[in-house]
Amino acid sequence: MTTVYFITLACLVVAGYIIAARRARALRPSSGAAVHSLPTYHGLLAAASLIVPMILMFAIGSPIVKQLATSSVFSFFPPEIANDPLQRGVILRDVANLLEGRYQGEPSAALRDAAASYARFFWTGRLVVLGTGIAVGMAALLLVLSRISASFRARNHFERFVLAVLLLCALVAILTTIGIVFSVVWETYRFFFDPSLKGRPTITDFLFGTEWNPQAALRADQGEIKTAYGFIPLLTGTLLITFIAILVAGPLGLFSAIYLSEYATPRFRAWAKPILEILAGIPTVVLGFFAALTVAPLIRGWGESFGLDIASESALAAGLVMGMMIIPFISSLSDDVINAVPQSLRDGAYALGATKSETIKKVVLPAALPGIVSAFMLAISRAIGETMIVVMAAGLAANLTFNPLEAVTTITVQIKTILVGDQEFDSAKTLAAFALGFVLFFVTLMLNIIAQQIVRRYREQYD
Amino acid sequence: MTDTSMQTTATPIRRRLDTTSPEAQAAVRRRYRAEARFKAYGLLAILTAAVFLVVLLVDIVSKAMPAFTTTALQLDVAVPGDLVPPDQKYNPAAIRSADYLPVMREALRTAIPGVQGRGPERTLLRLLSPGAPDILRERLAADPSLIGTTFKVPLLLSATADLYFKGAGTPIIARAGRGSATPSGTSGTITVTAPGNDFSENLVTLKLAVAERARTLAAEAERTARGNAPNAAERANELRAEAAALAARAKDPASAEALDSSLPTLLAEINGGLVKISQLAANRIEGDVLLRLATADEAKPGDWRIVTYATPESGRKITDLEVAFLERFKAKGHVESGINWRFFTSGDSREPELAGIRGAVVGTALTLFVTLILCVPIGVAAAIYLEEFAPKNRFTDIIEVNINNLAAVPSIVFGLLGLAMFLNFFGLPRSAPLVGGLVLALLVLPTIIIASRAALKAVPPSIKEAALGVGASHQQAIFHHVLPLAMPGIMTGTIIGMAHALGETAPLLMIGMVAFIVDVPTSITDAATVLPVQIFLWSDLPELAFKAKTAAAIVVLLVFLFIMNGMAIWLRKRFERRW
Repeated sequence: MTTVYFITLACLVVAGYIIAARRARALRPSSGAAVHSLPTYHGLLAAASLIVPMILMFAIGSPIVKQLATSSVFSFFPPEIANDPLQRGVILRDVANLLEGRYQGEPSAALRDAAASYARFFWTGRLVVLGTGIAVGMAALLLVLSRISASFRARNHFERFVLAVLLLCALVAILTTIGIVFSVVWETYRFFFDPSLKGRPTITDFLFGTEWNPQAALRADQGEIKTAYGFIPLLTGTLLITFIAILVAGPLGLFSAIYLSEYATPRFRAWAKPILEILAGIPTVVLGFFAALTVAPLIRGWGESFGLDIASESALAAGLVMGMMIIPFISSLSDDVINAVPQSLRDGAYALGATKSETIKKVVLPAALPGIVSAFMLAISRAIGETMIVVMAAGLAANLTFNPLEAVTTITVQIKTILVGDQEFDSAKTLAAFALGFVLFFVTLMLNIIAQQIVRRYREQYD
Repeated sequence: MTDTSMQTTATPIRRRLDTTSPEAQAAVRRRYRAEARFKAYGLLAILTAAVFLVVLLVDIVSKAMPAFTTTALQLDVAVPGDLVPPDQKYNPAAIRSADYLPVMREALRTAIPGVQGRGPERTLLRLLSPGAPDILRERLAADPSLIGTTFKVPLLLSATADLYFKGAGTPIIARAGRGSATPSGTSGTITVTAPGNDFSENLVTLKLAVAERARTLAAEAERTARGNAPNAAERANELRAEAAALAARAKDPASAEALDSSLPTLLAEINGGLVKISQLAANRIEGDVLLRLATADEAKPGDWRIVTYATPESGRKITDLEVAFLERFKAKGHVESGINWRFFTSGDSREPELAGIRGAVVGTALTLFVTLILCVPIGVAAAIYLEEFAPKNRFTDIIEVNINNLAAVPSIVFGLLGLAMFLNFFGLPRSAPLVGGLVLALLVLPTIIIASRAALKAVPPSIKEAALGVGASHQQAIFHHVLPLAMPGIMTGTIIGMAHALGETAPLLMIGMVAFIVDVPTSITDAATVLPVQIFLWSDLPELAFKAKTAAAIVVLLVFLFIMNGMAIWLRKRFERRW
């Protein structure tokens, strides 16, 4: 039915365009004034006037039809079944299977009636939507056609329509943000304040608790299960891995950037730049595989030869590989800011007799410092939000430790662990993932904003 | 800073700078050394990154190589005439659903005669993959006249057997017997006597191994004694006693030694059969027959061999019996390896040798298709609006800041958005490429908007002004003149954004694209998985063979990424214009 609707829509649009354009072509300038718009614009305006109401009609009509058809199904079942959300889902699935001929076994009479009713409602509803859609579209088309004249400013109207579409597209970014904020904030709110939720923690428990052990009661009669939603071990785990990553990537990235922008010959640059770009383009799932299967056993082996007991999911392995992932990030951002330092500053330092490295250390880096600091903050934000490397190479158990040789877990690992496979949406455990997501979103956003502020406030304005 | 340099910087003003003094020259040398050091650090940093990249790629490619080939047994298969009822003989469906287990069992029996007992027979059958009859099945379905005939067909080996031929088994050392040897029977547990003391060398090696084990045990005993585990002393004494017993055994050259699975396996290959040695003395052995002997006659010097599987049985995934069977197949020339086309043509499977990436690749294509058709028009339109039409006001500022911040939001948060909005609020299907594509579109939208804006900005204003000058409207100037010139830049940005989307895993985990899906998806609402998620799923599996599969899937993913990035670079080079 959807296909039919959109094929009709496409046919009408083409027809509308042709009719309007042909009519406009036949126009003769009256009393000296030229025809205002090209025939194409008359055609495009007609097409646009068809598309908008028809799509709106579809977007509003389809959910209503679906809703009506669904509610008609439940009238065939006794209220105690029809009001149970679990049973409702089962019934709907059965009806869908029956209609598609995939139903196993003999359907009950009620189910058969319900399915027939669903189909009836669905098809009549869809036909009504189609009919109204065509009617509305035709009405809009006739309105446009009736206004076609030499002085009709079709281009201006159409350009206004295009502008609205462009604005709408630009708003998608805002809508995405609103969507993110809405989904995480709402679920987080429920996590802390929904009275019907079993085992929800208080905000203080969450922020300052030192034990993380989310469990969901599988059945209502399971009684009390020990749960704890203390966020501190996840925070320390995340910070530990991030710290190791920055410890690796900071110096390496910064020195790479310095070498590339200050020392490297163009030929070396032409080689080194793509290497860093390739490194930046390696998917994190690949790095995670490498960390878990190659780096972690290697580190463990080294540790054994020194008599150290290193966990096979140590923070060190994940942190090292994550550091490698961040090198290109830091180096390309720092490269940009170092390049932006005016040459005159360097020349001044050389004139005073400074060597190249002294110039870099005492003149270039201080001048580029705000940019470098902001690059580091963005790198930290990237490391905190990184998921796949830690999911594959870091642990699941929430240990409160700062020892890089032990297994720790991170915020992202816990979000992934809770939400993958778990379909129940109304347990404190699931909502905890959204609370963690909220923390993640908030922290990375703050780091970002601070990074931007640093650049804006402390940037030296040269020339 | 050191004293000398302090002096030279602190007092030069009144005095003429003496650059020839030894102190000054030392300072200059020191500064030059610091300079060289600093430069070396930079070079080292880049080299570290490069070495890491090379190690990563080499490691993954070397891990992946075994997955690109597959091993099969070329066996003569006798297809019985009654495989399917006579009236069904030309019905391909009936032929495909026939029971091939007896056919395969018979083919294996013919290839290695004399395997007795349910255990060994089952072991033999288990060397074949559950998908082994596939080729046979297809060949029969295509040509039913083959039913009732005997012909050669490749039967796919199981992952364990396949890995064995790829080097995950054991080194095998064989040495011809110098004296004669006489077996006491042809099957069951037999003894072989070799009057020429042929086994003395092995006995010595064995004694050495026993002595070595005694030392390891003794060391462990000391470690346990030092440790603070409960009843450590007791355990240590047990270990010490064990170590002492072993050491005594090692010292006595005459006593027979029992072999166990923690020692290299010794076998005697005699009269066309194979005996696994369990008791070893210098001149006689006792053991179980793995492959039946043809006769119990005396074997002449040089006609029989002592074979060692150097890796102990407990240290490998494959048993001695399996190795014996596989080596026999190899010796008879049945083993054939070829390119693993199945890896590219089939969907996921629980059996490593049958698993392929086609489902994931198709899922990726569908997902990226959704992403592409959503984010390119929206991204370009948004870029055009912001770059060319947006009035300079607070609202536009908010949009811009918002896009920049969105680009730095962790990808897993987009997964949460997809889960809460698309799945739970709008009720879209789980695991579907449609939802995956939607989430990825939102994820790469900022990238595409930023790249498109840069491309639009790079077009000189004179182009637009000229268009406006000859009477074009603002939109005509943009759409007819500026946009076409910015197109290469926009396409480059799009491809890079798509490459980013191709490697993205975390948000797709959130929306349920982690299900085990065998079927290749056909529409954007089918349950599907994508290549990076497939990599993640396989990397989690315990079977050794899946490690190679994972690496191979990574290689495929990286190849796609390199192609896309190469395309972007080519586009940039080909169409880049300096104004």
